[in-house]
Amino acid sequence: MDLDLSSVEPFRAEVRAWLREHVPAAPLPSLEIEEGFAAHRAWERELHEARLSVVSWPEEYGGRNATPLEWLVFEEEYYAAGAPGRVSQNGINLLAPTLFQHGTPEQLARVLPSMASGEVIWAQAWSEPGAGSDLASLRATATRTDGGWLLNGQKTWSSRAAFADWGFGPFRSDPEAERHRGLTYLMFPLDAEGITRRPIGRIDGKPAFAELFFDDVFVPDRDVIGEPGSGWKVAMSTTGNERGLTLRSPGRFLAAADRLLELWREHGDPADTAMRERVADAWIKARAYRLKGFETISRTEDVGAESSVNKIFWSELDVALHETALDLLGPDGELGGEWLEGYVFSLAGPIYAGTNEIQRNVIAERVLGLPKAGSR
Amino acid sequence: MRFVLDAEQRLFGETLGKLLAEAAVPGVVRDWAAGRHERGLALWRTLAEAGVLAVAVPQSAGGAGPLPVELVTAFHELGRHGVPGPYAETVAAAVLLDRLGDGLGDGLVDEALAVRWLPAIAEGEALVTLALPPAVPYAPDADVAGLALLVDGERMRAAVPGEARTSLDPARRLFPVTPGDVLAEGPRVAAAAAEAYDMGVLVCAAQLVGTGRRLLEVSVDYARTRRQFGRPIGEFQAVKHHLADALVGLEYARPLVHGAALAYGTPDFGRDVSAAKAAASEAAYAAAKIALQVHGAIGYTDEYDPSLLIRRARALHTAWGSPSDHRARVMAALTGG
Ligand SMILES: Cc1cc2nc3c(=O)[nH]c(=O)nc-3n(C[C@H](O)[C@H](O)[C@H](O)COP(=O)(O)OP(=O)(O)OC[C@H]3O[C@@H](n4cnc5c(N)ncnc54)[C@H](O)[C@@H]3O)c2cc1C
Repeated sequence: MDLDLSSVEPFRAEVRAWLREHVPAAPLPSLEIEEGFAAHRAWERELHEARLSVVSWPEEYGGRNATPLEWLVFEEEYYAAGAPGRVSQNGINLLAPTLFQHGTPEQLARVLPSMASGEVIWAQAWSEPGAGSDLASLRATATRTDGGWLLNGQKTWSSRAAFADWGFGPFRSDPEAERHRGLTYLMFPLDAEGITRRPIGRIDGKPAFAELFFDDVFVPDRDVIGEPGSGWKVAMSTTGNERGLTLRSPGRFLAAADRLLELWREHGDPADTAMRERVADAWIKARAYRLKGFETISRTEDVGAESSVNKIFWSELDVALHETALDLLGPDGELGGEWLEGYVFSLAGPIYAGTNEIQRNVIAERVLGLPKAGSR
Repeated sequence: MRFVLDAEQRLFGETLGKLLAEAAVPGVVRDWAAGRHERGLALWRTLAEAGVLAVAVPQSAGGAGPLPVELVTAFHELGRHGVPGPYAETVAAAVLLDRLGDGLGDGLVDEALAVRWLPAIAEGEALVTLALPPAVPYAPDADVAGLALLVDGERMRAAVPGEARTSLDPARRLFPVTPGDVLAEGPRVAAAAAEAYDMGVLVCAAQLVGTGRRLLEVSVDYARTRRQFGRPIGEFQAVKHHLADALVGLEYARPLVHGAALAYGTPDFGRDVSAAKAAASEAAYAAAKIALQVHGAIGYTDEYDPSLLIRRARALHTAWGSPSDHRARVMAALTGG
């Protein structure tokens, strides 16, 4: 067992130097509004030109074949440098791994380069008004037609779909089949004929997600991912990524914990031991997540359902970190700024990517081996 | 970089685990609590033969260490099985004696002290106990220890045990001590005691994670088999979610313990053992409370084995410094206050 990171130090130094040169001095406007979306898209292009937008991908798609350790180090540097949030994250973290696993060579060649450059920003269209946690109950349909499929129905809570370019998600293609069967996983342009999008304000009013209405939207066969009817399997191969390390890397929380320590130095009351303990805990947990990340990438066996353990940990850590910061700021905390923005974002963590209650069910049944409800 | 136990380290842990599974430890614990030490001492010798204490003692002094990763691997197993005895104290004492007896000098009044005791610790021939007030105010098992030490400031003395106090965990037999003969003095004593403390904190943290893991395992087993309302209680979501939470806490305490072990010998060691102990205490204690709840009245029953580990987890929660003490230390290291 060792923690020798010296082999990645040259890479770390390169990334750090580039970020020092290029990270915008003033934060970009929020990526949840139109103006901010455009600014973030431009930032993605800049990252891509330095081949830093998707370091772990193969070179042919715009990456540099970085090892998992290099990727973790990249993320540490990225967030430590205060670099902008990733407007491309749904494509990079959720769709790309699915394509690597289930996509055709043609799909990889067509989709990945424009994703890496920020030219095409992707939105995940899974949830429906009646299908949140119970995703397998989804009802939006894909009906066979000449050379492709016709989509009908509604999707909702689709992050960044107000401004994004393309969407992806499962649709019911065989209404007769069992819940988990008869789903087909498809990609579609969000400006296709027959799609109506309605931005939805999140809790602070910013249009962070959108509803999508489908009225006979044509999708050609080449935009089906995996086999028609195997959409559930395709979708589930994504959730491990979503909940595991890739969606929320340790670097993000390490950087936030460091900023929290700074805030404590500026605003902390040394006599307030309860607050001091919360700051310490945030730092300890961020460190624990970092080390857990190293442990995860050192393991050879499949991490599988254990990614649910990560999802609960980082989402709860994120809320605690930001609550502590707002409490330290006191009455000024509610007035805005990066901590408040981060706080609002963190509140959604226990809900999206499968609620933490659902993750606890997964851990109990698939990691600990407890019986499923009603399994008598 | 490979931040998982290597094959040899894993084998060491598995060997100890097997050995302890065969040793019927709960009975040993009950004996030990009642002052019947034979089986506990026999287990001490068996564990020493397997290398548990040798890894704490430097090779130069007859041991095989110091090997912090092997130490935390061993203590994880000791914790899982609830083994009684002054293991953490003996390991800390080994550090203390080694630092004072390394030939550099000015510390020991009796220069042969380290030479005499270190090989005996490594071999399992000597149980040593100590008090390092304020964090470790009582010397556990002073009546069976061959050597009892007490450090106050720049003086290390022989510790004279008084009457044992009853702990929540009856197998932790805690002795108040009064200062006896001075065995070493000078600034190096305080420095050596600080290092000994850090090592004690580290192994205690590892022990806690092991105890928490075991409590989770027995609770999962119980939840699978205990039936109420016509179904295993493990089908109920309230029970499932408790157990999932216990796992989340423990999963993130382990890498902190391993990370701290790897920081041995660096300036971050103190900070990192404190981070590990705070997290391990909280995770194991939470697992203990969940284990109690999941077991219902049986968990609250003295003669039923989980109660042994539940009490141990609470006692170790504040032993070797409370989580608050350790968070304060982390903050002092990070921000200077
Ligand atoms: C900021 C944000 C961004 C999002 N982005 C996207 C996106 O890009 N694409 C997309 O498709 N979706 C997205 N979502 C939707 C998200 O995936 C769903 O909100 C989530 O799956 C939960 O579904 P729901 O909101 O319908 O809640 P419900 O499923 O109605 O759940 C409500 C409550 O009941 C609990 N509950 C439900 N079932 C169970 C059960 N079996 N056991 C215990 N408790 C249960 C839940 O845990 C929750 O507390 C986003 C959501 C948020 C908040």
